[in-house]
Amino acid sequence: MAYDLEFERPLSDIEKQIHGIERKGEKMKAEDRTQVRELRQRLDHRTDEIYRALTPWQRVQVARHKDRPYTHDYIKLMCDDFFELRGDRRHGDDRAILGGIASLDGKTVMILGNQKGRDTKEKVECNFGLAHAEGYRKAQRIMRQAERFHLPVVTLIDISGASPDLEAEQRGIAGAIAENLQVMAVLRTPVLAIVIGEGGSGGALGISVADRILMLEHAIYTVASPEAAASILWRDAAFASSAAEAMKITAPDLLELRLIEEIIPEPRGGAHHDHRAAADAVKAAILRNIGELERLPVEELLEHRYRRYRDIGAYTREPIGAASV
Amino acid sequence: MRDESRPALPVNGQNGLNGLNGRNGAHAEAATAATAATKALPRNLAVKCPNCRELLVGKDWEKNLRVCVRCGYHSRLSARERIELLFDDGSFEAFGSDLHSADPLSFVSRTQPYPAYLADYRARAGMDEAVVVGRAHMDGLPIVAAVMDSNFVGGSMGSVVGERVTQAIERAAEERVPLLIVATSGGARMQEGLFALMQMAKTAAALARLAERGVPFICLLTDPTTGGVWASFAALADVIVAEPGAMVGFAGPRVIEQFMHQRLPKDTATAEFALKHGMIDAVAHRRDVRPTLVRLLRMFGAARPA
Ligand SMILES: [Zn+2]
Repeated sequence: MAYDLEFERPLSDIEKQIHGIERKGEKMKAEDRTQVRELRQRLDHRTDEIYRALTPWQRVQVARHKDRPYTHDYIKLMCDDFFELRGDRRHGDDRAILGGIASLDGKTVMILGNQKGRDTKEKVECNFGLAHAEGYRKAQRIMRQAERFHLPVVTLIDISGASPDLEAEQRGIAGAIAENLQVMAVLRTPVLAIVIGEGGSGGALGISVADRILMLEHAIYTVASPEAAASILWRDAAFASSAAEAMKITAPDLLELRLIEEIIPEPRGGAHHDHRAAADAVKAAILRNIGELERLPVEELLEHRYRRYRDIGAYTREPIGAASV
Repeated sequence: MRDESRPALPVNGQNGLNGLNGRNGAHAEAATAATAATKALPRNLAVKCPNCRELLVGKDWEKNLRVCVRCGYHSRLSARERIELLFDDGSFEAFGSDLHSADPLSFVSRTQPYPAYLADYRARAGMDEAVVVGRAHMDGLPIVAAVMDSNFVGGSMGSVVGERVTQAIERAAEERVPLLIVATSGGARMQEGLFALMQMAKTAAALARLAERGVPFICLLTDPTTGGVWASFAALADVIVAEPGAMVGFAGPRVIEQFMHQRLPKDTATAEFALKHGMIDAVAHRRDVRPTLVRLLRMFGAARPA
């Protein structure tokens, strides 16, 4: 996978040099081979350097990378069996949220997540990952089924936001999300949410109320997309990078703020450089966390989940700040 | 999530059965509410309707509870005005008022630091946050109430709004007293980042417990109720009533038009639209709101709690 993001320019330059030499093919000499080896080492080293120091806005680029593994990729790579459950039984089948019953190393779970779509056809089919009310209702149906059969629920979050269109309003997108928040808060089975790419706004929250929230190393989770936040805050979406900075949306920031439980490390250069390695890491995290959560009696699990959310908030006893007027 | 570009639309408050029933004995109630409100609101000699631009006599404007007599526009009220209008005289007792916003992200703004921004709003809005919660009575019936105010940072929900609303929900559950929330909000408070988003989940979790106890929850949607508040506690009420013309939607009409690149029908994302599509139970003229809520409290109150 090539380096193609703007801040990856130094990396793509090295890649170009490597390709230039390798183009010689049969005619490559011993010294060429040595040089390629050295360049590859330099590439790895520089990649680590750059990725260690990613700015929040750069992480947004990585989280949205067009080649990043999506829910469907993870399901294919992680599950030894998967049967997709389709439709909300009321209106339709939202392709922006997909889910079903799955087997992970022989363990049955309900897995569901956001699907953005890879090629144009799939992108259009799943509305670029912008989910509709029927998607949340399908998710709810799957989660209630999980509860009935005592199966843990795993959700994979990768959505910039719920669809802001007329049909979404007509079919009650707000109510569908709200209902999921309530249902998930008291679902009598373990729930694990993993932000694999973009966690955006109520659209992400609508399938991510969980006992534990994990994030991939370069994923983001935010109250609103940086562009939307910038236009709300400063009336100009061009300040998206400032908003990304200010809102503390990266995995390390959110771990430090104790709003998530764990970070899943990504392969060198981001999950899109090695889908298999990313899927292996996610799968291992799922099995370990589900194993731990399943050891808790359900009443205890629910009490912990309630406290997890009940305790989120930052207050002071006295007002802060001095008025400027 | 804030989108307040479009003025509310003219409508009349009739809606099926609810409007019909509202005629019985509702007028005395409305009169009391009207007196309470006129007492509280300062008078101007003339007022220009923000919607139709008609010049109205200040006295009439106040007597009509700041609803335009010409076009039916329901102007926005502050939490204090709402409390005067809805609850029995002097019955509102606030709690949770010692909670104030912190700045958990040390939010770096291009314009003004969050603490100073809040301080300005406190000075300007005469409120310390976008919601007040407390105990109150309506026609002698005890309730726990949360009343939002769009004058404070657009009624946005941050930690304090989420916490106060949650405290109200928990108190209603503990004391088995009906919960009333008067919603108005542009959505989540950006300056508190994910802390703000998580208040949606927090309030919804508390409401799940309230529902398990069989305590009724009524929500009044006022202009505007959008974004994270509409997509969490406001949509989870047992009965949802809205004021005419109120903007009610997940995304505001402006956001939807930008996304769809097309003009939308005029009533998109309004109370009437929400009623038509089955998202709420009634649209009630401001003068009918209090009697409507009292009727509901009486009937639900007569039911046996779980
Ligand atoms: Zn008017």
